[in-house]
Amino acid sequence: MDRLIFLLATGFARGAIFALFALSLVLIWRAARIVNFAQGAMALVATYAAFAVAGLTGSYWIGLAAGIITGAAMGLAVERGVMRFAPHDNPLSGVIVAIGLVMVLQSLLGIFFGQQHRPMSIPFDDSPIVVWGVPLLSPYDLFVLVVALAVMAGLSLLFTRTSLGLQLRASAFAPEVSRILGVRVTRMVTIGWMLSVAVAAFAAILLVPTELGLNPHSTDVLFLYAFTVAVVGGLDSTVGALVGGVIVGVTMTLVTGYLGATVAPIGVLVLLVAVLLMRPSGIFSMREVRSA
Amino acid sequence: MTDDNSTPSSPRLEVRDLTVAFGGLTAVAGVSFDVEPGEIVALIGPNGAGKTTVFNAVCALVRRRGSVSIDGEPAPTRPSGLVGHGVSRTLQGLGLFSGLTVRENLLVPLASRADREALVDRELSRLGVAHVAHAPVGALPYPERKRVALARALVVQPRLLLLDEPAGGLGSEDIAALGAVIRESAQAGCAVLLVEHHVDFVMSIADRIVVLDFGQVIARGTPDQVRDDPRVEEAYLGVKAA
Repeated sequence: MDRLIFLLATGFARGAIFALFALSLVLIWRAARIVNFAQGAMALVATYAAFAVAGLTGSYWIGLAAGIITGAAMGLAVERGVMRFAPHDNPLSGVIVAIGLVMVLQSLLGIFFGQQHRPMSIPFDDSPIVVWGVPLLSPYDLFVLVVALAVMAGLSLLFTRTSLGLQLRASAFAPEVSRILGVRVTRMVTIGWMLSVAVAAFAAILLVPTELGLNPHSTDVLFLYAFTVAVVGGLDSTVGALVGGVIVGVTMTLVTGYLGATVAPIGVLVLLVAVLLMRPSGIFSMREVRSA
Repeated sequence: MTDDNSTPSSPRLEVRDLTVAFGGLTAVAGVSFDVEPGEIVALIGPNGAGKTTVFNAVCALVRRRGSVSIDGEPAPTRPSGLVGHGVSRTLQGLGLFSGLTVRENLLVPLASRADREALVDRELSRLGVAHVAHAPVGALPYPERKRVALARALVVQPRLLLLDEPAGGLGSEDIAALGAVIRESAQAGCAVLLVEHHVDFVMSIADRIVVLDFGQVIARGTPDQVRDDPRVEEAYLGVKAA
């Protein structure tokens, strides 16, 4: 029972990160109607930036800030320099460009930083806190859970309480109508990309040190989990990303705890296939998203 | 924006030799007309006459030739510049954001205005939709959605209001209320250009009418002049008037 409680608590913390990363996929999907398969690689570039800056300055926090800023800059560069020129009449073109981008970015990271795993420091202890004899989350897990939830709450406020958020939502729902109403839709798409990759970078920087280890392929599995979360929750749904994150996080942690870490990706893939078979649009997908 | 900023010599909207072609098809050919501040001008014609294309050309939604001026200044060449130039329009398909609430729909064009909340409150009350302000637009019945679409067009206090079939799908009571709101806006100095199939409504509200057929102006004048014009009857009925 103690083990189950520990695994559930850890699953919630991991799920919060997956939800955050999945939310970044939802943001791009809603802004540009692209499933960005390069999200993991772009977040990884930002994580390497965080690693390098933290190494240079000796401060985890400065490294974290540098990583998030690099993520936003990556979003800007990729949207303005690459994705804007991908043909929009065929959804596959954006996917193919993104897959090409993954290869380029991972190769460049390998050239500049090597293929070896690099240790990343964390600002808090990662040993579980024991409460009444039951091991629960570590201080670092608690930090991750709190900041992931805080970022999600912040994004929710941004979208529901600010003019920028309203324009982002309007642009996503009906770009042509938004233009007539004075919304600069192209700028909104760029902001959507910047926001999205910054959030993905934040999630990767939180998860890589303790779960993945830093190497040019660290975020492959994170993208797989987050993509599953987005599909489970529905690519259009922010609530779906949150709930899907918890489902995938708990599933992954339980499978890891009881069957072994090597089986975890299979468990997540089984979940992905099951959802695709039963409800391809996701559990929380919106039926009516865009208006003419 | 309803303040009259025009110079004495320039109409609010001046369209000269407007031509729009889609590939080899010329949808609008050499159309010219003016709309003065405070005036209601109706653009009518049979289906396919090019009325909505004229609207889309004024709004820079399609590539246009000829000139379109607002208060003597060239009209924006991008749709996102319309609101900044005091131009607002409704769409045939309403174009509401069904996933947003009524209030949010009205807030979208006011993103940069400090007084946006007050403007939205005023327009919601004026159009009688304040009670559904926080409801998703997609959940409203059609007449209420029509009113929300008009409220969204009016909330920016336009100098030029383009209405694409505002009476379509409405009952007589709603049409009467719609007419009152349009007249009120015109009396405040707003120039109104509308496309409408509802002939009685057009005749009752328009100061002037421009009739299009096959992309060209075939008649223009007051409602009485247009009603008696044999070319208009011919265009609508497809036969030469006796």
